Order: sequence, then structure tokens, then C-alpha cells
Amino acid sequence: MANPPVHEWTLLAAAKKVREKEISSRELTRAILDRIERLNPGINAYITVLPEKAMKDALACDEALRNGRTPGPLHGVPVGLKDIFCTRGIRTTCGSRILRDFLPPYDATVTGKILSSGAVLLGKQNMDEFAMGSSTETSHFGPARNPWAPDRIPGGSSGGTAAAVAAGLCFAGVGTDTGGSIRQPASVCGVVGLKPTYGRVSRYGMIAFASSLDQAGPVTRSVPDAALVLSVIAGHDPRDSTSVDLPVPDYLAAAGQGVKGLRVGLPREYFEEAGLDPAVRASVENAIAALAAEGARMVEISLPHTRYAVAAYYIIAPAEASSNLARYDGVRCGHVTCCAGGLIEMMSRPRAEGFGAEVKRRVMIGTYALSAGYYEAYYGKAQKVRTLIRRDFEGAFSKADVILTPTSPTPAFKIGERTGDPLTMYLSDVYTIPCNLAGIPGISVPCGISEEGLPIGAQLLGRHFREEDILKAAAAVERAIPLPRMAPAMEA
Amino acid sequence: MSITREEVLHVARLARLALSDDEVDRLKDQMGGILDYVRQLDTLDTRDIVPTSHAVEMGTPFRDDSVRPFGDKEALLANAPDREGDFFRVPRIIED
Repeated sequence: MANPPVHEWTLLAAAKKVREKEISSRELTRAILDRIERLNPGINAYITVLPEKAMKDALACDEALRNGRTPGPLHGVPVGLKDIFCTRGIRTTCGSRILRDFLPPYDATVTGKILSSGAVLLGKQNMDEFAMGSSTETSHFGPARNPWAPDRIPGGSSGGTAAAVAAGLCFAGVGTDTGGSIRQPASVCGVVGLKPTYGRVSRYGMIAFASSLDQAGPVTRSVPDAALVLSVIAGHDPRDSTSVDLPVPDYLAAAGQGVKGLRVGLPREYFEEAGLDPAVRASVENAIAALAAEGARMVEISLPHTRYAVAAYYIIAPAEASSNLARYDGVRCGHVTCCAGGLIEMMSRPRAEGFGAEVKRRVMIGTYALSAGYYEAYYGKAQKVRTLIRRDFEGAFSKADVILTPTSPTPAFKIGERTGDPLTMYLSDVYTIPCNLAGIPGISVPCGISEEGLPIGAQLLGRHFREEDILKAAAAVERAIPLPRMAPAMEA
Repeated sequence: MSITREEVLHVARLARLALSDDEVDRLKDQMGGILDYVRQLDTLDTRDIVPTSHAVEMGTPFRDDSVRPFGDKEALLANAPDREGDFFRVPRIIED
């Protein structure tokens, strides 16, 4: 078998080869930067690329190895970050016009952990504006494209990250997931995406969308790669009061364990969903068969409040967003557009010019739901429904160790196909949203390819702080159903 | 559920968004559609249900209320749309 080209290596393989001096970080980084230069104009996976800085950091990595310094787990390996993580002195836009010139004065905790693991930062990846979207079409910097089919969306909101990983424009990326924004793009781009338990990874310096739901996690080309990145970014951070002080387990070891005896719950409601594409159903059934063949036990479970999850989410997330986005008032960053008309006018203009249509829609819905006279009927009600959804999962996890579902009801749709109707777009998150509302971990792993050649993912959900369980189940699916991780269209 | 133009304008003022007439019309329809969809939650009986604000139960962590210098004042002010010395400059908001 011929050796795979550099850009197809897994993160683990690349890190090992750098550590053992089979390849220098300089060569590795140069190869990926050349590929970005060639392919990014078509895919638009990166908003900002950092060629000079990346080469300088790569040379420093090589120098450190020569001097016998102990390398970190990602030493010398080029990676990308969603443009939602603050990077000190490096433009961080969150996909928005209002932050197009924002230079963060500090690093997010995730940024700091990725850099101190030795990784080389290639650039900042494209995303839906303020992470609001399922297609990366709401980015102020133009839509990212799916490397498997450039007329289709790469998912969202971490679409740039998933597209970059699938096109070999980085060895791994870190995205964020509020209602499916890591798992759905991973699914439609044929890569692996993991949303950790709420509180597992620090949110410090990660631009806030919906604070009770947001969580950062890895996007990679293999399950063990996701385990490695998670072990780098997980852990308690005193600067995020919702980050949890629990030891970080050996995720990489967990990804290597078998699934014999593991109880896999199949929620009947998820397979009865009217919008479920037959090709997605068939591929997820293959994943079920693969786990059963490895000795896992299938149990039928019920999550009866699933059908209310999208409605609860589209109150809670916009409400929290409307509050978080109040800080963009044209005073501390952005540009002054007017001086007449008093304070309200002074704030309302830059916000109207700086936010796109989807962000305005959600700020409006959220403000309405929190406004006097409506709070109990909307936000209060949605939080109670959230309790019912959480209880569904508590019941299910008394019978099952992990839960297997489709990640997205359909493969990637065409660019422009759903932009006219916000509700149809929102319903593409039907399988991923309940996980965020319950705060549990979830992973999407490739499990098939449609007749049109589009990737399909299966989602595995686990108990709070049991990322090990979903990693080992996803790794078993990955071993049993080998699929290309690199988008074939890219090689033309 | 329908929402009136006046309600949209009221919410836009609360949200500090200067909307164009077209945007008001479009949001009136879209917000009405989304609010219709979320009203399905009303079919659920939640009388004795405690709301969930955070999915993972944890106490409020405390820390000492101590001042720690940030050190890079220039980096903070560099993002200011307008500044005067070490201050963020904003239009006059109090009338004589």
C-alpha cells in the first residue's frame, strides 16, 4: 500500500512523526499552508490564515526538539481554531461584521491549551455569524463550502472547521456546539466531531452565544484524534465558573477499549421522525449492526419529549443570545457611525449595521421572550420543558450506557436551499439539540455515504462526564465501517 | 400567532436595533411563524416542574475579591472606536 500523502495523516500519526523526527514541523506546516493557499479560495474554510506566524512557530518547534525539550502531545502539528476563540493580537471575528477588526487582548483558555500542547496555529476558521446557523451561510465572510460537493453546505455553525478537516487543510480543529454546531458539520463533511459534557471544557475567551448550552470540542479525521484533542482542552478553569473540577480521564485509552457488554439505547422517537432521509436511516442501521457484531447489546428506549426540544431551544438560545450580544454597543469595539440622536440611537445604528439577518432575528426573538409580560410564558416555560427533556435522558441512561441516533436527518443540503425559511433550517438540528439541553456529551462518527456520494454520520450520546463511553462506541463504529476521511472531490 | 408592527418596533427598541421598514415587515412575519411553532410547548403540563437553568448541577464557586492587574492597557484601548487619552470616547448623552 502506498503511503498516504502528508495532508491525509491522522493527527496522532503526524504528532508521532514530528516527535520521532521523521518529518520536521517546518515541512509539515509548509505542506498544509500550500494546500490552504491552493484550496481555501474555493472552500472558504478559513477567515484568517497566518502563514508567516505558523512558519515561525513551526521553526521554533523544530528548534525546541533539537534542544531536547520534552514535546507536548501536539508538538509541531498544524491545527485550526474556529474564529470564536479569542487569540491574543490575532483578529477574532466570530463570523460577524461587527467584530471584523477585533483584536482580542488575551487568549481563550482553549487557545492557550492548544498552543501550550505544542500545536502550530494555521488560522481562524469560518463559521455562522455568532455561531447562529446550521450551514455557515450566515458568515459575514461568505459561506464555506462542503469539500465533498462544493455546491453544498458544510454544515454549521463550525462549518469552516469541519470543511478544513475534511479537505486536509489542518490535522484537527476546535469548534463549538450550542445545538449541534460541532456534530452536524462533522456529520455532513464525513469527519468526527465531539461535544463534551457542559462544564468539561472552559468557555473563558470563547465568544458567548447561549451560555447555558455552549461547549467547545474537537473536529478530527479519527476518533482517537478526537480523544487526544479532548484530553488537551478539557479540565477545570477558575476563570469559568461553570467549568467543573473533575480529573481528566485518559480519553485516548478509552477510545481503544472494546464495546463488549456495552448497552446501546435506540430511542424509538428518533427513528420515527418524518424528515429522516432513508439513506441516513440505512447507514445508522449499519452502525447499529456493527456495534452488535462487536458484542454491544441493543436496548429500545424512549425519549418522549424529543419533539419539544427544538421549540424549547429556539426560546432558550435566542433569549441567552439577546443578553450576551447586548455588549456589542459600539462603545468598546467596532466603529462610531453617528453622534446625534442620543444614547439609544448611538447604540442602535452600529448594531443594525454590524449584525446580519439571522443574528437580528434571534436577538429579536430572545428580547421578545424575555420582555415584560412574556418571560414566564416563553423562557420560564422552555426551562421547565428542559427539565422534562433532561429527565427523559436520566430514565434512558438507567437502561443504556450510550444512546445511538442519526446526527442529521439528511446529508448536506444545497447552498441557498433553506435560507428563505428559518424554521426549516432550525429543524435540521432536531437530533442534536436535546443533548445540549441536557448538558450530556455527544459525538458524530461517519457511518455511511449516500448514493450521491455525501457523507452520513451517526451520533452517540453518553452520561454526564462519560466521554469515555461515547469515544469507545464511536471508535468501534469507525473500525467496523472504514470510510474515506478525505473528501474525494478535493483530489481532482 | 400574529405579532403587530408596533410590537416589532417596541422589541427592536428594547434590543437596540435600528431596523429598516423592510426588516420590520419581514421580522413581523418570521417572528410570528417562530412564535407559532414554539407555542406547541403550551400543550405540555409543567405545573409542578422545576425549571432547569443549567443542565449540570453545581454550586456557585467563590473566589477572593482581589484585584489583579491586566497589564496591557493599550491592547484593550486598541479596539476602541474612538478614544481620548486612556478613555473610550462616546458621544455626549446628557443634555444641558
